[in-house]
Amino acid sequence: MLQSIRAFFAQRQVLEVETPVLSNATITDPQLESFVSCFQNRDYYLQTSPEFYMKRLLAAGSGDIYQVARVFRNDELGRFHNPEFTMLEWYRLGFDHHRLMNEIEDLLKVILQLDTLVIHKVSYRDAFIKQMQIDPIEADIHTIQTCAEAHAIEIPQGMNLDDKDMWLDWLMVEKIAPGFAKDSFTFLYNYPASQAALARLDTDEPEVANRFELFWGELELGNGFYELTDAAEQRVRFEQENKARSLQGRKTLPIDESLLEALESGLPDCSGVAIGLDRLLMLMCKAESISQVIGFGEELQA
Amino acid sequence: MASYSTNEFRGGLKLLLDGDPASIIENELVKPGKGQAFNRVKLRNLKTGRVIERTFKSGETVEAADVIDVEMEFSYNDGEFWYFMDPNTFEQVGAPDSAMVDSGKWIKGQELCTVTLWDGSPLMVTAPNFVELAVTETDPGLKGDTAQGGTKPATLESGAVVKVPLFIEEGEVLKIDTRSGEYVSRVKS
Repeated sequence: MLQSIRAFFAQRQVLEVETPVLSNATITDPQLESFVSCFQNRDYYLQTSPEFYMKRLLAAGSGDIYQVARVFRNDELGRFHNPEFTMLEWYRLGFDHHRLMNEIEDLLKVILQLDTLVIHKVSYRDAFIKQMQIDPIEADIHTIQTCAEAHAIEIPQGMNLDDKDMWLDWLMVEKIAPGFAKDSFTFLYNYPASQAALARLDTDEPEVANRFELFWGELELGNGFYELTDAAEQRVRFEQENKARSLQGRKTLPIDESLLEALESGLPDCSGVAIGLDRLLMLMCKAESISQVIGFGEELQA
Repeated sequence: MASYSTNEFRGGLKLLLDGDPASIIENELVKPGKGQAFNRVKLRNLKTGRVIERTFKSGETVEAADVIDVEMEFSYNDGEFWYFMDPNTFEQVGAPDSAMVDSGKWIKGQELCTVTLWDGSPLMVTAPNFVELAVTETDPGLKGDTAQGGTKPATLESGAVVKVPLFIEEGEVLKIDTRSGEYVSRVKS
């Protein structure tokens, strides 16, 4: 797998890079929990993805780059989750997210050694309209609740009933993703702007963001962005995420000023994606649990 | 009251759900890529034995059920309660029929049973995996038929009826697997 990935990028003249695993700032995403370590009395975080350092390289003029990195996420353990896993992340200058999705398709063909590959592609909005007859971007919270009730969707214990994004996330895992074609790949693209993360908003439809995810059946394999290059907008999003963290009674995290500086100095127009290689390996060898494809992975599962 | 966060969920953990104690059978973390994570949990209601499925927003805390397993010796049954004694503390508890499930028919006295206590009172009693009981009633044995697979019913001293090989006689002591309710072997006296 690693050999075919390296050959693929070498042929396309994408440079392999390595960046630090430890950083004094980390992602503020309220849904991610970083491991914290300590060095000379300062907190250092184990990367949840190599994104920030790689963007600093891009801003410094690296050109197209990729990395195979070990990443760490606390509190994530299960059949499809392990607190450390291997991520393939790459960035392509001048690509929008659709062009990057095409390249992912090419890479999957090489890794899976297939001449043809069926990949479904559906927008976030259309997926909801098709399966639940609801427009997830336009719908207000009341419409969503009524729709969930009409589809007899169970309400999880602890659900924040007034949180639209939490509802959308729940409908996604309970109804939308399970409806994706089994045993094949699906790209879901143009997420609601409220779930933009580090993606830019669409120029024609600013209510959606140029973010996409790759699924195998209902299992998420990767996430990509037509990258946000606006430093001010990125700072606002980090601050909002920190606000959401403190509303949940959790610690706020230091914002990565070096990344924002890099964005200010100019991140080239680019798209990037991160793919979980362990999950890809799972489907290649039909593994039941991620621990079967990670060396000594069963030790944490006990 | 103690409680558990969803990230502590694992098989065997005892929670209080709708006022009933329940034991986690399976816990699966589901996450829509980026975004809110949820835990899909399969649990067994320890009062009714029924399996239920529940979903929790990850990070939720759920009250723990004060449920513990204690090895206790069966003393006697007074027709209403089954009495068990802790061999170390000599403490006694009385379990109602409902807590006995199938266990009552395998015990005659002094067997070490697993008593599941909830807030100190017996919720469920599990008989030892293997018990040795004498046959009180069965049709006469057929000599020489040791290899054929035929069986006949036999009543044991605890009241249970099990299928036994044709050569078994009244008065013989048998080893029984209580989980399957099957005859294992004769016990040499």
